[in-house]
Amino acid sequence: MSNSKFTAGVIPEMMKKYIHKLASKGTRIDGRGFDEIRPLKITKGYAKRAEGSALVELGRTKVLVGVKIEIGTPFPDTPNMGILTTNAELAPLASPTFEPGPPGEEAIELARVVDRGIREGHAIDLEKLVIEEGEKVWIVFVDIHVLDYDGNLFDASGYGALAALADAIVPASRYELGDDYKLPVQHYPVPVTFAKIGNWIVADPNLDEESIASARLTVTTNEEGKINAMQKGLSGTFTYEEVQKVINMSMDIGRQVREIILGDSDGKED
Amino acid sequence: MGIKADIKLIDDNGLRIDGRLPNQLRPIRMEVGVLERADGSAFIEWGGNKIVAAVYGPREAYPKHVQEAEKAIVRARYSMAPFSVDERKRPGPDRRAIELSKVISEALESVIFVEKYPRTSIDVYIEVLQADAGTRVAGITAASLALADAGIPMRDLIVGCAAGKIDGVVVLDLNKEEDNYGEADVPMAILPRTKEIALLQMDGDMTYEELKTAMDMAMEAAQKIYQMQVEALKKKYLEVE
Repeated sequence: MSNSKFTAGVIPEMMKKYIHKLASKGTRIDGRGFDEIRPLKITKGYAKRAEGSALVELGRTKVLVGVKIEIGTPFPDTPNMGILTTNAELAPLASPTFEPGPPGEEAIELARVVDRGIREGHAIDLEKLVIEEGEKVWIVFVDIHVLDYDGNLFDASGYGALAALADAIVPASRYELGDDYKLPVQHYPVPVTFAKIGNWIVADPNLDEESIASARLTVTTNEEGKINAMQKGLSGTFTYEEVQKVINMSMDIGRQVREIILGDSDGKED
Repeated sequence: MGIKADIKLIDDNGLRIDGRLPNQLRPIRMEVGVLERADGSAFIEWGGNKIVAAVYGPREAYPKHVQEAEKAIVRARYSMAPFSVDERKRPGPDRRAIELSKVISEALESVIFVEKYPRTSIDVYIEVLQADAGTRVAGITAASLALADAGIPMRDLIVGCAAGKIDGVVVLDLNKEEDNYGEADVPMAILPRTKEIALLQMDGDMTYEELKTAMDMAMEAAQKIYQMQVEALKKKYLEVE
């Protein structure tokens, strides 16, 4: 299956040779080092109707994540927990290869990998989102809207989800449940994705790199250096040593990204 | 990962609830060529899992627009029977099944010489009849046998195996209770000859050292499972001769 949907067979062979040649010289198509991510800009509070939101620009990839918080009934098997649900929309305006319609397997995988990161990393404490045990809880909807696809949606979406959660306000007053308060975010599990190109491994692949990559690995780590989630993709393979190396690189890059997510948003309006 | 509960998953003697040691696999039984109509098939019983895998193809890929000019496409479909779990599962693929089908397809493609069969599809159907955690890795193990049974040229078999963490201890091959109440799960698929990793997922909470131990455990166990695969194939094909 590979990522043919994303790339739709555009001169991949020439691109592959070119990217390999650059890699053999220790560089990349946009001049980055192998362990260097593209410029990352996060604008929190971009969508004012959302309880929390963040516009992420990772190089030329653009993703807007919105958080809506509503009241609902808890799942019967977890009466003392709020609900977190993550969805991803590959809007057709983001790429000539995205089509309208129900989410395909790429969108579903994207949403599930982002969800796994924030859920397993306990970014938000779901036990704090109970209004009435077994009856009424807060439901946190994380909606990922891809606006411009230039590679590595996993990370752009993951950063957007974290930043939007950090930005979110629980709308208690709307339901006459007292004052609004900040959604309590307790951990910052940060995903970093790597692509295997020939025998090289590069962080944060752009679209050209993604289109010729043989394998992909996303590793999500938190501020304590714990690993919370991993997802390997594409039909190539990794060696054991490569996986270890990727995990270490993910922790290093994750630390830098966490600073940006936690930092005051430079693009903040008002 | 799982739901918090006051369940002890490892007793004072260091044994697990089903009596296993931390690095012990559940009993595994495999059989090749169990279905009449499929081009290749296999059945696996892995602890409380019962899974059947079937391969159709290489055959002309439909619909036509999914065909690839230079290679076969590998389409695995992971599916759980409605009665395979405690609470009835609604038939048809849910989001989890769609994701698993995708990563399983990609993992299987890594061993198949897809360039030999342009414009075709190799369809792999994995049906979970009874589930007891670790269904994706058991399914891949069976699918690999079914591919071999169908005579699909491959550069290696592929072995699925998972490790994880329960009660703070890294263990091999989680069962259902351990998966539900444990702290981490690391499903993997490994090419036994080259030890390449074709599928790797993880969820939960692990340190770097714990994850390394888990991967070591799964990779070691993969060699044992590989021997069982070879035996299962020999059993069918040596008898025919």
